[in-house]
Amino acid sequence: MRRLKVAVYKFTSCDGCQLQILNLEEELLELTEKVDFAMFYEARRDNKPGPYDVAFVEGSISTPHQVEWIKRVREESKIVVAIGACATAGGIQALRNWASVEEYKNYVYPKPEWIETLKEAKPISDFIKVDYEIRGCPVNKYQLLYFINQLLIGKSPTLPSDSVCMECKMKGNACVIVTKGIPCLGPVTMAGCGAICPTYGRGCYGCFGPMVDPKPSALAKNLVERGFSKRDILLLFKTFTGWSSAFRKVVEEYGG
Amino acid sequence: MEDKIREIKVDYLARVEGEGRVYIKIRQGKVERVEVGIFEAPRFFEAFLRGRKYLEVPDITARICGICPLAYVMSSSRALEKILGINVSKEIEHLRRIIYLAEWIESHVLHVAMLHAPDFVGCENVFEMYQRYPGFVKNSLKLKAWGNRVIEVIGGRPVHPVSCRVGGFHRVIRKDELLPLLDNIDELKRRAREFLEFVLKLPMPDVRRDIEYVSLKGEEKYPILRGRIVSNKGLDAAEDEFENIIRVEQAPYSNSLRYKIKDRGTYVTGPIARFNNNYDLLKPEVREVIESHGYRAPLVNTYQSIIARAAEVYHAVLEIEELIREYKEPQYPYVEGEVKAGHGAAITEAPRGMLYHFYELDSEGYVVNANIVPPTSQNLAAMEEDLTHIAPILSEMNYEKAQWLAEQTIRNYDPCISCSVHMVKLIIDKE
Repeated sequence: MRRLKVAVYKFTSCDGCQLQILNLEEELLELTEKVDFAMFYEARRDNKPGPYDVAFVEGSISTPHQVEWIKRVREESKIVVAIGACATAGGIQALRNWASVEEYKNYVYPKPEWIETLKEAKPISDFIKVDYEIRGCPVNKYQLLYFINQLLIGKSPTLPSDSVCMECKMKGNACVIVTKGIPCLGPVTMAGCGAICPTYGRGCYGCFGPMVDPKPSALAKNLVERGFSKRDILLLFKTFTGWSSAFRKVVEEYGG
Repeated sequence: MEDKIREIKVDYLARVEGEGRVYIKIRQGKVERVEVGIFEAPRFFEAFLRGRKYLEVPDITARICGICPLAYVMSSSRALEKILGINVSKEIEHLRRIIYLAEWIESHVLHVAMLHAPDFVGCENVFEMYQRYPGFVKNSLKLKAWGNRVIEVIGGRPVHPVSCRVGGFHRVIRKDELLPLLDNIDELKRRAREFLEFVLKLPMPDVRRDIEYVSLKGEEKYPILRGRIVSNKGLDAAEDEFENIIRVEQAPYSNSLRYKIKDRGTYVTGPIARFNNNYDLLKPEVREVIESHGYRAPLVNTYQSIIARAAEVYHAVLEIEELIREYKEPQYPYVEGEVKAGHGAAITEAPRGMLYHFYELDSEGYVVNANIVPPTSQNLAAMEEDLTHIAPILSEMNYEKAQWLAEQTIRNYDPCISCSVHMVKLIIDKE
C-alpha cells in the first residue's frame, strides 16, 4: 500500500502543535507504517520535495516571506490542514493587530529597522483555501491521530462542533461560573480539550476558539452582570483566539 | 596564491525547534564569518504583555515555547510573586518541582533520542534511528511518555498545562492522583539508566575549547526553581543582578537578540552548565553510571551536553519518585498576594538553561513593562564561537560532512528558536 505522504510546516508559532505529532510517541512509530512524514523539519534533515497528499500547517502568517511560502504549500498539497490557534485564528501574536507593530518593534529591538514583519498576524485561511481546521492551543494529539486515521480509511474527517460545556457536563463537573463565580468561556468555546480548565478548578480561556454558532456577546453581558469588570472580560476574550471573528466582535464591543 | 574560499550553508536547520540557518565563510583556512541566523518570525511578547493582568502572564508567556511551557510559567510566576510578596508553601514548591522536572524529562528525551542522537550515529532522522536502534528508541519514547503523563496528571495536558498559577495551583492536586504515576517506577528507573548508558557509549568528537559555564547553583538539591547564578570562572550573583551582569547585542542577520557577560564574553547555559556546576547534587546512582563509563564533571565540550541531558533525565526520574512519595497535600491550592505596584525578577532552569523574567506592575496588577531572556538567546554567541573553533576541521571535510557537523554543533545546544525570538525589551548596548 502506498503510504500517505505528509508535510508538516511551521509558520509563526511556538512549535507546540507539531510537537503534538512527536508526542504521539509509540503511536507515531506505528503510524509511520502508513504515513510518510516526508517533510518535517523538526524531525528530519532529509526532507523530500512535494507534491504531498496532506500538509499540516502550524502558525499564523506574519511576514512578507510567509505570504509567498504559504501559496507554495497550497500548490504542492492536495489537502491543507491548519492546526492550532495560531493557524486557525492568528494566535496570541495577533494581539498586535489592535496595536502598532512599529511601536512594538521599537519596544523590543534596539535596531527595529532590521526586523521585517507584517502589521498583522493572521490565520492561514486569510491567504489560501484551507480544507480543514483543527483547533486548540495546542491541538489535542488524539484528535490529530483520529483525523489522520479517518483520512487513511478514506473517510471525510469529522471534527467537534459543540461547546466545552458539553464536555464539562459529561465529566460531571460543577459549573465554575455558577458555583465558584469564576469567569469561563466554556459556553462559547469549541470542544476538544476535554474541559480540562474547569476540571482543574479554573475557567476556560477559549484556546480552542469559538464553537459553531456561539453567542459570545450574550456571555460577556452575563459576566458583566455578575460583577466582573469590563476590562477583565475584554482581556478574557482577547487572548489566544481573540482575532477569530466571533470573539473579535466582543473585543471591539468592549473597547478593542 | 589562489584565493581559496569555502562557504558552508545550512539554509534551514533541521531537528531543532523553530527556524534558523547557519552561514560560515572560510578563506585560506581562516574563518571570515560565522553566523547563526534566526529567521523565526518575531512575535513581540513583551510588547503585548503590557496592559495584561498579572494572573494572565504565566498562561501567555507559556506560548513562547510549546516544548518548555512550564519553564515560562515558573519564571514568570516567581517574578510576579516577588512583587506581590507571596512566599509559596513548601508543598506547592514541592509540586512545582515535580511538574518542572517532568518537563525536563519530556524535553530532554525528545532532544536526545529524536533530534540529537541521530547525529552521533549518522542517522538522518528518528525513523531511521528506530530501524537501527529499535530498543533505544522505544525505551526513550516510554520515558518521554511518562514525563508527559506526570505533566498531564498535575497540569491537565502535556503542552500548555492549565493548572499552574501565580501563587501555586488552581486546585489542590491530591496525593491519590499522583501515586498511580509510580505504578511501574522500577521499570522506568531501569529505562532511564539504560537511556543514560546508551548515550555514554556514543562516539564523542574530541574538541576542547575554554568555555564559561553559567547556571543556577543548587543548595541542597540540583537547581531548577531558584538559586544563585554561578560559573566555573568565579561568577556569583543574585537573580536580581542578572541585567547588570549581561550585555545585549543584536545582529543584522538574526531576529533574536544575543547576550554576553559584561567584560568577559560569551558563555554557555543549559544542562552541561548545570551538570558541571552542580555535579555533587546529582543522585549518587546517576554519578555511579557516569563514572563507570569514564566520565565525570566537568564535561569538556558541548557535544557532551547530550550526556548532561541524559544524566538529568535519570536524576529527574529518581527525584520525582522521591518527591511523589514525600508529597503532602497543601491546605490551600494557592497563596494570594497583595496587589500593588512594583517590579520583580526571577530565574529558573528551563530544560535549555537559565530563563530570566522581569516584570513591572501598576497598582492594579496590570503589566507596565516586561523583559524575558530565554536560554537559547544566551547561547547564540557561544554557538558561533564553537563553529569558529572547529572551522579548521570543517574546511578539510567534504561539503556534506562539514554541513552536517556544523548542524550537529548547533544541535548540541538543543536550540529552541521559537523561544529565542521572544521579544526582548532592550537594554541598549551603547559601546
